[in-house]
Amino acid sequence: MQPPAEHVHWLFATGFLIVGLLLFAEAVVGEEVWRRRFWRAYLFPGMLFAMGVLMWPVMTFYTSSTIHMLAHGAWAEVMMFAGAAELALVRGKLRSPLWRLSLALAFAVSGTAFLIHEQNPWLYQRSAFLHHALGWLLVATTIVPFARAFRPRSLALGSAFALVFVTISVLLYSDRDVAPVFGHLAPTAGVPRR
Amino acid sequence: MNAEFVSELEVPVRRSIRARVVQTLGPLTVAGGLVWALLQPYRVTLLHPGGESFWWLAVEPPLLVVAVGLLFHFVVLPGLLEDLGDR
Repeated sequence: MQPPAEHVHWLFATGFLIVGLLLFAEAVVGEEVWRRRFWRAYLFPGMLFAMGVLMWPVMTFYTSSTIHMLAHGAWAEVMMFAGAAELALVRGKLRSPLWRLSLALAFAVSGTAFLIHEQNPWLYQRSAFLHHALGWLLVATTIVPFARAFRPRSLALGSAFALVFVTISVLLYSDRDVAPVFGHLAPTAGVPRR
Repeated sequence: MNAEFVSELEVPVRRSIRARVVQTLGPLTVAGGLVWALLQPYRVTLLHPGGESFWWLAVEPPLLVVAVGLLFHFVVLPGLLEDLGDR
């Protein structure tokens, strides 16, 4: 009954795609219009927090090694932390906009966890490539949520932030348990599936 | 033309551009999912079911992308357009 690992990646990809669309729409219409209906303001932080909660079962059931467990646990913690901080900002429980830096922390920790827990080289197989790509994407784009914390109304930063989430979703949708990447598949990786 | 009137006209124009951009998000996402399904039909297990387990039938990436686009278009967009003053 347990879904294959690739299906879990695709389900999270769907979550990130929803978040990307919501963030892009918010960037386009502006924070004032977006928050005119209270439920809309809770969508992004609520989804981020929920995805953090859902990382715990992933940590529990997909632990192939200690480093995997630590990485999944770190993602769960930082996603829940960033989601909770954003929820509290929307609710008015937190007032300092510096709490938005929790998203930058989430990016930095998540990216580092991706890079540390992927033990194989880039071209070992597709999932190895995607883990490296996701890790470097998150580390490199940590600057986006960092800058957005200081300029929350910037259309360019808001759009860039949304684009990062859409890119994450594309990379996660591309994930397969065993598949070649650019024609490369290590003999020890296993039998590829279409 | 009086500068005061020009600045009054600019606001609805900007609002309308914003409305058009958010209106395209759902259809673009749906189109992305459909194009993906056409390019990689083997990712849509429903097209050729053959003893797959539950998850292979429930989680089909191109269909999930289409579903996200539809969800955004029919759940989030109507209220957003109303608040933008385009409806």
